[in-house]
Amino acid sequence: MTLKQVVNNVAEMPASKDAVVDIKNLSLTFQTADGPVYALSDVDLTINEGDFVSFIGPSGCGKTTLLRVIADLEKPTGGDISINGVSPEQARENRAYGYVFQAPALLPWRSIERNVTLPLEIMEISKEERIKRAHDALKLVELNGFEKKFPWQLSGGMQQRASIARALSFDADLLLMDEPFGALDEIVRDHLNEQLLKLWARTNKTVAFVTHSIPEAVYLSTKIVVMSPRPGRIIDVIETDFPRDRSLDIRETPEFLEIAHRVREGLRAGHSNDE
Amino acid sequence: MTPMKLDKFCLVGAIAALLALIFPLAGIDPDTGKQVAFVGDIPGLAIAMALCVIAGAAFTWLGVRTVISGAVILAVAVFGCSQAIATLYDYGVAGYAGTGFWLFIISLWAFVWRGIDVIANYRSLEMAKQQAANVIVPVAFGVWLLFVWEVVVSGFGVPQVLLPPPSMIGVRFVTSTDIMAADFYQTFVKAVLSGYVLGCGSAFVMAIAVDRVPFLKRGLLPLGNMVSALPIIGVAPIMVMWFGFDWQSKAAVIVIMTFFPMLVNTVTGLNAAGKLERDLMATYASGYWSTLFRLRLPAAMPFVFNALKINSTLALIGAIVAEFFGTPIVGMGFRISTEVGRMNIDMVWAEIALAALAGTVFYGAVAYIERKATSWHPSFRVRRH
Ligand SMILES: Nc1ncnc2c1ncn2[C@@H]1O[C@H](COP(=O)(O)OP(=O)(O)OP(=O)(O)O)[C@@H](O)[C@H]1O
Ligand SMILES: [Mg+2]
Repeated sequence: MTLKQVVNNVAEMPASKDAVVDIKNLSLTFQTADGPVYALSDVDLTINEGDFVSFIGPSGCGKTTLLRVIADLEKPTGGDISINGVSPEQARENRAYGYVFQAPALLPWRSIERNVTLPLEIMEISKEERIKRAHDALKLVELNGFEKKFPWQLSGGMQQRASIARALSFDADLLLMDEPFGALDEIVRDHLNEQLLKLWARTNKTVAFVTHSIPEAVYLSTKIVVMSPRPGRIIDVIETDFPRDRSLDIRETPEFLEIAHRVREGLRAGHSNDE
Repeated sequence: MTPMKLDKFCLVGAIAALLALIFPLAGIDPDTGKQVAFVGDIPGLAIAMALCVIAGAAFTWLGVRTVISGAVILAVAVFGCSQAIATLYDYGVAGYAGTGFWLFIISLWAFVWRGIDVIANYRSLEMAKQQAANVIVPVAFGVWLLFVWEVVVSGFGVPQVLLPPPSMIGVRFVTSTDIMAADFYQTFVKAVLSGYVLGCGSAFVMAIAVDRVPFLKRGLLPLGNMVSALPIIGVAPIMVMWFGFDWQSKAAVIVIMTFFPMLVNTVTGLNAAGKLERDLMATYASGYWSTLFRLRLPAAMPFVFNALKINSTLALIGAIVAEFFGTPIVGMGFRISTEVGRMNIDMVWAEIALAALAGTVFYGAVAYIERKATSWHPSFRVRRH
């Protein structure tokens, strides 16, 4: 296995033709009662088609905010951003992405199946097709058999998996996932990581993935974005060169450990800046 | 809770029944100058009192351990109650009840309390049994209250104009069903239901408009607040002038009364959906109506049903009070106001009972639909586990 490690000076990063997400000089300041909060500052980032990009950084460094800007749930206060060559708003209206929130956000009055078919319903897809896709998506997260249950009858981890199934159900090319596995135990997490990787390798989807776990970030990603807080900014972008159909075993390789080490160093540097 | 502590009730029941046997049952008849009746003359009562002494002593000694003993206690109490009623009416004690009689009632009270307590604490995994217990407790309690009402009014000889006994009201109720049915149809079916549907329906639609148009929220909500503060006593005569004597004016009063609770609750409910869920809908580029029907209205349902329940009681009150101000010669409010004038207090009470019954059933029906429609809500789902 070869490992090519490219340290990009982020400002020089070329905007490639098939960039799915292209962010230049982006900043976002929240105006709050206690003064401005600089959630994002000077962020430059390109996510290419088929990339698996992980965002890692301490709590409050703007990972969620960045994902929300990409999803057009938050308007930047400065800089440029385009998704698939159009504005985030346009991309959202084109249903360009599936978003998995930090919390499951299932609607309590809908069964699991009807929660998963919610986006399909809104997109006016026929009923048989909805049921079929819900079935496939639930199978992918191993929740088949729970179609008729209600969210409160499922454990927190199962609810989160249902919300992943919901994001997968309409087959968007871009997946935005905000700590989707944060609430799960190690074994289930490993398993879902594998499933997600398989899906990604098979479909050439582009994934933006927020995590707090260094091994998870290194294992999953083609590109790891290390962020630091106050103001939220990117301090390092690490590209990895593991094959697309990697297995959990790569976690024992020296290359893996080396990258993990570098991520940790980045995080530490971000922290010391903070003091 | 230990059985020892609660079995004081059995002890009280036994002692009170024992004393009831000793103290005089009834007062002196002023005409004859003699006591009206003696326990010895009334075998049924004597047996009931003796049973209370024995059962009370036995359960004080043995403790009340099973639901069977609770049922036995209640059975003894029911027999005692029937004998107390017979004593009042068949042996002329009505109006002359003495210390012994009231001691016996205290004894019965202790038994009923203990018996209901046992059944109220009954827990069974079998649905049918548990439901039976859940029904028996409020029914037994209600029947006991009626019994106390009956014996107090009859025993002390309270004038019927002040308060008739429930038996008299009941008789009046069943003997004038045709009048009651006509009143019910006029007041409830015509006025209440139409006013309720109109008031709640228009407020619901208005709430959606208010939610959509910001200036309405600022302009209309305070105005609605003022309208809801209008005293219906003041509005009702005006509505009668506007809409005539028949049910339409009553429906109009109900519309005014029910509009605001529905409006405020629905507007609040429409904002009950969380930010996260709204963001979720935004990621699907869900339009206004799609989000309204798929997210915001379902989330608003608990609030809407709250208003529907409040309004179900308000509507009935509004219709009855509005009828005091002019009505054709039929209707529950009309009947109450005219029969009071004629001193037919039992008829007034029969109408009140009818109103209470109609109100309870109406409220119950709305609450039932609520449970079916919002079974996902945390306040209901606990019971399904
Ligand atoms: N709506 C908002 N209004 C004001 N400040 C906000 C808002 N949303 C986020 N922030 C602030 O922006 C900063 C970044 O928040 P963000 O949620 O993006 O962090 P995060 O990296 O996702 O953290 P975590 O790992 O804990 O989820 C924080 O300081 C937060 O307080
Ligand atoms: Mg976050």
